[in-house]
Amino acid sequence: MGLLTNLRDSISRVTDGLFAADEPKRIGIYGPPNAGKTTLANRIARDWTGDAVGPESHIPHETRRARRKEGVEIERNGRTVTIDIVDTPGVTTKVDYKEFLDHDMEKDDAVRRSREATEGVAEAMHWLREDVDGVIYVLDSTSDPFTQVNTMLIGIIESQDLPALILANKTDLPGSDVQQIANAFPQHETIPLSALEGDNMDEVYTKIAEYFG
Amino acid sequence: MAGPKANVNAADDPDDSDDGVRIDMISGARMEGLTSMEKIRLILDGVREGNIVILEEGLSPDEESKLIEVTMTEISPDDFTGIEIETYPKAEAGDQSFLDKLMGRESTQKLTVIGPANRIETLHKDENLISTLVSRK
Repeated sequence: MGLLTNLRDSISRVTDGLFAADEPKRIGIYGPPNAGKTTLANRIARDWTGDAVGPESHIPHETRRARRKEGVEIERNGRTVTIDIVDTPGVTTKVDYKEFLDHDMEKDDAVRRSREATEGVAEAMHWLREDVDGVIYVLDSTSDPFTQVNTMLIGIIESQDLPALILANKTDLPGSDVQQIANAFPQHETIPLSALEGDNMDEVYTKIAEYFG
Repeated sequence: MAGPKANVNAADDPDDSDDGVRIDMISGARMEGLTSMEKIRLILDGVREGNIVILEEGLSPDEESKLIEVTMTEISPDDFTGIEIETYPKAEAGDQSFLDKLMGRESTQKLTVIGPANRIETLHKDENLISTLVSRK
């Protein structure tokens, strides 16, 4: 009886493994606040599923919960790559509700938003350690990439051996400097894009298929 | 055998005057015997008291991830707004040999400065210099 049980368990593990290999990979969209992560997630989701992932805003920490869009099928070079997109809250080491008061927010709303933002960042870190198979790291190409949060997050991603694609977003804005991002993380490939305008999305999809397919 | 003390800050009888800024410099040897959560607790307890904590050998990427997560759970309005943390931007992964990676010997030795977000501001940072402005309470 014990032998049969063990045999059944072994077969079950093998078949589970086979099916797991076919399951869509969960790709986390990470980066600092206001880099355009949700704009990118919405762009990808709209292009391939017709739906959006979540609301976009210029106010930091608009995304305060990780949101997953399942089964996004991206067609490239005659084959289809299926991924789950996980749009995550922007990662930071500090949240002060007073910053939200500058965006015409009442104190109660600002405090609530900051509390939700801290929960969201903690959630994003947990996803990164436990639940994603690859990372799209989004940076605002008009901002200095040499920040501690970027350095730490790229280090965390590398320590877990997760495939990572770095996107230099907001190339439609004056002051965009893609080379600065490429210089900051020379060990990774940097792809320029404007998620808002849809510029260079063809290359982004080709790279997504290449990295995560 | 006595376990690691929960609080090993630089002074047993801290001077809590408003005039100065206390800096706790924690050696690599002191951190070596601590678990990840003990290290994070040691750092955050110091920072939440308004101190600047300097780690001789820094944290591993996994510990940095947990530090961010625990920091987020402790932020509260008008009390604690989080941390500022700075390390030298070194390409650690590239410096490691294949054998080191295989054996799990992570090179995490990097001087790290951590302080309360509302009291510490980084003025300049490059591969060789971290220049920080620390304000009083």
